Order: sequence, then structure tokens, then C-alpha cells
Amino acid sequence: MFDSTFDAVVPLLCVILAALAAMGAEAFRARGERMPIGGLGIVGLAGAGVSSVLLWNRNAASFGVILADNFGLFVTLVLVVVGVLTIMFSSQVVRRDALPAGEYYALVLFAIAGMIMMATANDLLVIFLALEILSVAVYVLTGIRRDDQRATEAAFKYFLLGAFSSAFFLYGIAFTYGVAGSTRLDRVGAYLAAQSMSDSPLILMALALLLVGFAFKISAVPFHMWTPDAYEGAPAIVTGFMSTGVKAAAFAAFARVFLSAFEPFSADWAPIVWIIAALTMILGTVVGVAQSNLKRMLAYSSIAHGGYLLVGLVAANEVGKAAILFYLLAYAVTNLAAFGVIALLGSRDRGNDELRDYAGLWHTRPALAALMTVCLLSLGGLPPTVGFIGKWYIFSAAVSAGYYGLAIIGVLTSVVSVFFYLRVVVMMYMAEREVAAAMPPRVTGVSMAALAFAIFVIVYLGVMPTQVLDLASASIATIF
Amino acid sequence: MSGYLGVIIYLGFIVAFAVVSLAVARLLRPHRPFAAKLETYECGARPIGEAWVQFPVGFYLVALVFIVFDALAVFLFPWVLALRGLGVWGVAAMLLFLSIIALGWLYAYRERILEWQ
Amino acid sequence: MIPLSDYLIVSAILFAIGTAGVFLRRNLITILLSVEIMLNAVNLTFVAFGRYLGSVDGQIIVFFVMTVAAAEAAVGLAIVIALFRHRESLNPEAFTALKW
Repeated sequence: MFDSTFDAVVPLLCVILAALAAMGAEAFRARGERMPIGGLGIVGLAGAGVSSVLLWNRNAASFGVILADNFGLFVTLVLVVVGVLTIMFSSQVVRRDALPAGEYYALVLFAIAGMIMMATANDLLVIFLALEILSVAVYVLTGIRRDDQRATEAAFKYFLLGAFSSAFFLYGIAFTYGVAGSTRLDRVGAYLAAQSMSDSPLILMALALLLVGFAFKISAVPFHMWTPDAYEGAPAIVTGFMSTGVKAAAFAAFARVFLSAFEPFSADWAPIVWIIAALTMILGTVVGVAQSNLKRMLAYSSIAHGGYLLVGLVAANEVGKAAILFYLLAYAVTNLAAFGVIALLGSRDRGNDELRDYAGLWHTRPALAALMTVCLLSLGGLPPTVGFIGKWYIFSAAVSAGYYGLAIIGVLTSVVSVFFYLRVVVMMYMAEREVAAAMPPRVTGVSMAALAFAIFVIVYLGVMPTQVLDLASASIATIF
Repeated sequence: MSGYLGVIIYLGFIVAFAVVSLAVARLLRPHRPFAAKLETYECGARPIGEAWVQFPVGFYLVALVFIVFDALAVFLFPWVLALRGLGVWGVAAMLLFLSIIALGWLYAYRERILEWQ
Repeated sequence: MIPLSDYLIVSAILFAIGTAGVFLRRNLITILLSVEIMLNAVNLTFVAFGRYLGSVDGQIIVFFVMTVAAAEAAVGLAIVIALFRHRESLNPEAFTALKW
């Protein structure tokens, strides 16, 4: 690059340029003309991926507010994978549901740009702006099927609670700014480290409000009310995208803010996060068992997975921090693949996302049933999948940090959750196909390739996780 | 708080004036109710239809586009004031910003949002 | 000279009014307005702190928040319009296709 000031924003710029190009392509497109806009997005994301690899270990910083340290780059790479898989799954969905392609891909890319910005931001205000960039894009994506009343309703609920929680988050930033005199995380951290003896009510207020804001975004109990509705109403592929991308980005920012700037106050926030983590795991699992809609069930399961990630955050030792990153990758790939299968099985008029739609899937679509099985086993944390390794590291981090209670709750809820994942598997293989159930549509090569890649990652990392784990612990070592 | 004493006294006067004048009016005025008094316009044309009419949705679309572009103009004012000290970099940054907005406008134009159906 | 705490109290009251509005009002547009009140309460906090700290950062942040709020309001209104086309109502209780 011509100037090292811009180094850290190169991955971000690649995605933003692709998004702008997608928007421009849509604007200049003649009516009825087909354009490979999705391919454009993949090119942009590939650029972001390559530049993140090149930036590895360089600790580049731009304008003092974007920090491309290894932690941010690791999450960026996870987000790039999420983006590429989403676009590959979407190619079929966009055509089937006759979605406006230019808008759809532009919004996905803007959302990813916001997520990358959030993962690499070193300033509370930039985190807020990134949060809004990604949220606004995802609100629209949720309701992109305007003819579908449930999708529109989901979009409104998501929008309302999202805007509501951003206000809390922003209020927290305001108090932090008032106390520390800056929104830059390094300065806030330095100020708080010097102050850690006197618990000023303003600091505690800031801490509480930021916690509420983040808890909404990662859908932790008791701020999870929007999640099942938004996840159920949105198109399946968008649900997959937002349950992985948004959660990964929000978690990255959460970890960065609370483990660097607010680290001196961990005695204040750790017990609260402990309770939130426990409640999140328990509620996500227990309510998930009772669901009859697969999307809604996976929504509760993703709430529970947020709880496991919070366990890593509470433990916050070396293992715990690396485990967060590894788990983010594991969860993102697995969950996105699961929602990808749901999206591919739907048709334009019918989501085919009720549990009974999966009865006997093995007889009509053996490949999809097998792939779905792998995803569900990984979500349940059974070996030899990546979900098992991720959970194992999270819980061993909790044990080594002395949080036995959390580890026990985590293991118990995992066991319970296996029950409802396996229920789907059993249905796919054992149950008879209902006569009324519609034949799922054909799956295109691109989507199949995306699924195959995801399954490869799930199994490969389940068998040989050391490389990526080392990478995760190396990237966490550089900042905290 | 002594600075607010005047305000509080003033507030007291406002409330007292309203209460006293309404009470006096109630005591002095004749009481003769009839139906026409309850109409929207006691003398004049009868109102037709609901007061809550539905606006064409085109209004909302234009308003949506307007809100965004209007709020982005907020960055232009401090930029103009600080332009002297910013140099070429400042001009380039604002040109980039404006061209992104122009792309948004172009998109809105091509999607026929600005046309009046 | 009005002390900082007065501004903070006023903005806290505004924020509380906005929060209450989101929960209590029965019209989607009014709920959106309540969220805007919350954001503006935060803006007031930023300006007050900025003034108190003697830096312009607080006011610059407000610019960003205002633009974000405008973008959010635009998207929110668009979703409300889409919703209205389905149900011809702005009462949140009419929207029950999903469990709330």
C-alpha cells in the first residue's frame, strides 16, 4: 500500500467496495438483465481474506480507531467464511424466491463490512457505528420478502428491539466518555486501570448499560425475547447469516471491550456475566426442547450457544480466550451450514421448516439428510466434530479458572440439547415420509459445494483442531 | 436552586390563572347544551369523511430518502468551517463521501423511488 | 452556570420517558418516536459531558448519532409501511403471526 495509515482498513475497504459495486450494478442494470453480483461479492470477500492473511502479526492500526491485530483478523477471517458461505447458499434462494439480487447482495456485503469493522474497532463510537451499519442492513434483510407477512413482522420486531438496545449501548458509551474523557478503548482502559480503587457510580452505570447493549445483540437471557421471532420469521438463509455473523461480530466487540478496557472492573462484571451465561444456557436448551419448528428450535439452540461463549468470557484465562475464538469459528460454520440445509429445502411458498417436514428426508434427499446430521451432531457437541472440541475447550477453561458451577451447567445443558438435535436426526431417518409433504426442490452445484466445504471444515477441525487452536491462542496473546 | 425561584412562581401563576378563569367562567355562563354545539365546526360546512386520511405511500418514500440525505448534510457544515486547515486530504475525503451519497441517490433514481406515480 | 448533574438528570428522565414509551404506547409510529427520544437523551448526555470536559468530541459524536438515528428511522419507517400494507393497522397487538 502507498501509505501504512490505511493498512488496517484494507479488508474492510475490499468488502465495502464490493458492496458499493453491487449497489451500482443494480442501479445500472437494465430491466431483466442478469448480473453475477454474487460473484462480485465473493471477489470482494476473497480480497478481504487475502489482505487479512497478509496483515497477520503486523498489528496495523489505522486512524487510531481500527486495529488489525491478530484477534480482529481471526474474527475477520471467520466473517469472510460466513460471508462466502452465505452468498453461495443465497445464489439458489435469491433465484427461487425472486429476491432483488442487487439489493440482497449489497445488504449482505454491507452487513459483513459492519461486522468486520466491529471486530477490528478500537473505539466505542466506531463499535457503535459498525453495530448500526450491520444492524440496519440485517433489519432490511430480515424483511426482504415483503410479500411474506411473517418476515415483515419479524423485521419490525428485530428492528424495534435492536434500536432499543442500541440506545442503551450508546448511553453506556456516553457515560464511559464522560468518565474517561475519551471513547478510545486504550485510553478508557488506561484511565480505568488507574481508577480501579474507587467505584464511581458513573463507571458502574456505563458498565451496566454496555452490558445490556451487548447482551441484546448476542441474545443472552433475559434480553433474548426478540431472537426466536426474528429467527423464525426471517428467510432461513438470512437467519443463518445473522445467527452466526452478527453474533460473531458482537462477541468479538464484547470480548474486546470487556477484556481490555473494562478488565480492571472484572470483579464487578464477572459475577453478572456468570449469571447471564448460566441463564442463557439453561433457557436456550430447555425451551428449545419444546419447539416444533426447526428454525425456532435452532434459534433457541443459538441462544444456548451464546451462553457457552459467555462461559469462555467469564473464565477469561488463556484457554478461555482462545476457546472463545475457536468456538466462534466452530459455531459459525456449523450453524450456517444447518440453516443452509433448511434454506435449500424450502420452496417459494413454503418454508418447509416444521419438524414434521423432515420426516423421512433420508428417503428423498439422502445427501442433504446426511449433511444435516453432521451439522446437528456438531451443534450437539458430539465427537468427532468441531462442536465437541469447541465445547471441550470452553468447559476445560471454565474448570481451570475455578468456575466449576458453570462447567457443570454447561455439560448438563449440552447433554439435554443432544436430545433435541437427535430427535431431528431420528425423524429424518426413521419416520415415514408424509404424503402431503412437498418434494424439496433440486439443489444447485454452488450450494452443494458450500455445504461440502462446511462439512469438511466441521469434520477436519473435529479431528485435527490443533493448528487452528494454536492460531487462536496466538491471536489472543497479542492484545489482552 | 434560587435561580429557579422565579420560574416556579411563574409556573404557579400560570396554573392559578387557568384554574381561576375556568372556575369564574363556569359560575357566570348560562348552561344551554344542544347537539350542534358538539359538531366539529359549529357554524359552517359539515366535515366529510375521516380526519385521518391516508396519504399516498409516495409521500413516505420521498420522506425516507429525504431524512437520510438531510441528516448527511450535517457533516458538510463543520467541514466547510474547518476546510482551510484540512488541505487536499479534507477535500478528497469529502469528495469520496459525497460520491458515495451520489451513488445512493443514483440508486434511488434508477429504482424510480423519486418518480411520482 | 447550571451544574453537570442537572443535565445528566434531565437526560436520564428523557431516557426513562423514551423507555417507558416503547413499552407502553400502542402505536408503531409512536414507539419509533420513543426510541428517537432515547437517542436524543443520549445526545444531550454527550453534549453535556463534552462541555464539562472542555472538548468538542461530545458534539462531534452527536453528529454521528444523529445520522445513524436518521438512517435507522428511515429503515424503521419503511418496515412499518411494509407491515401496514399487510394488516392496515399500526396497533402492535394486531401483529400476532409470530408468538411475541
